[in-house]
Amino acid sequence: MSHSDDTDRLAGADTAPGDEPFDGYETEGIGSYLIGLVLATLLTIVAFFISRTTLVWEPSLPVALSVLAIAQMGVHLAFFLHIGTGPDSVNNVMALAFGVLIVLLVMAGSLWIMSHLNQNMMPMDQIMQMQR
Amino acid sequence: MSAFQAAAGRDDPHRIGHGRAPARSISGLAYKRIVVGYGFWIFLLSDIVMFSAFFASYAVLVGNTAGGPSGHDLFDLRNVALETGCLLFSSFTCGIASIGAQRRNGLWFYGAMAVTFLFGAAFLSIELREFVSMAARGAGPTRSAFLSAFFTLVGCHGLHVTCGLLWLLTMMAQVYAKGYRADIMRRVLCFSLFWHALDIIWVGVFTVVYLMGAER
Repeated sequence: MSHSDDTDRLAGADTAPGDEPFDGYETEGIGSYLIGLVLATLLTIVAFFISRTTLVWEPSLPVALSVLAIAQMGVHLAFFLHIGTGPDSVNNVMALAFGVLIVLLVMAGSLWIMSHLNQNMMPMDQIMQMQR
Repeated sequence: MSAFQAAAGRDDPHRIGHGRAPARSISGLAYKRIVVGYGFWIFLLSDIVMFSAFFASYAVLVGNTAGGPSGHDLFDLRNVALETGCLLFSSFTCGIASIGAQRRNGLWFYGAMAVTFLFGAAFLSIELREFVSMAARGAGPTRSAFLSAFFTLVGCHGLHVTCGLLWLLTMMAQVYAKGYRADIMRRVLCFSLFWHALDIIWVGVFTVVYLMGAER
């Protein structure tokens, strides 16, 4: 389709497959990094703030901190690593989704299994007695 | 509107790709910059999967202090806030450096890379001082399972930052010696991806290790 038009337009240009056009490529502006910096700083300050005060109900603090951390990771991905909805990052998003799946399996699986092992384990003094 | 854009509009009638045609090179293949970035992204994800195993082992072992000090006794949140600020700002200046490199602006590139290096080195020195003071108080990695997991996780991140700093200096030297060549620019791109990914991992570290650990 449009492929042949491009080839015609640039016939005679000495390029190899995958080469960039001569005038470089569209660059991400400084604005994206500034937005990222401001949002990440805000999320960090909130995380440190709620961990030192009693603003958040204490037992729910780990959940609140996790939510803030995941939000900040999202900010980093979007504004620093430029993983977005554009056609260039479709493959990156798929790889990221797979990576997130593995990370969740490793972390949730380990914690789940280990907490059950702890529950089902014989109390330590009884183990000591059996070893004698 | 060129035939290329018209064809892209047919493929993407709802302009999900914001109306921009996919960046394809003349031969119809993706640009090397995009392929290289994708390959390096896969490496970064494998690195993140490795860190997830360290996070999991830390979370499992965090209570096993063997009568020794816990995170509540050891962690100084002011230090951690300082470290976080250093790394976040260095991530920002790393982005500025990559813009400077794309625009072939030496002042922006070298200046921003130098600032990135300084903040990365400041992060590392604060972390090393923390490790040394913990070891001096008898809370070294051999004290308890909690401390073994702590030093493995945070130390591994610190090692990554050290490698990143060496890579940063290498990139400055390569751009200085060889100019803004296409292959050098791809290395600069990979370096900035690496540096931003380190900051993402640090978000996990300061949340899981320090903020959740200090309240215990």
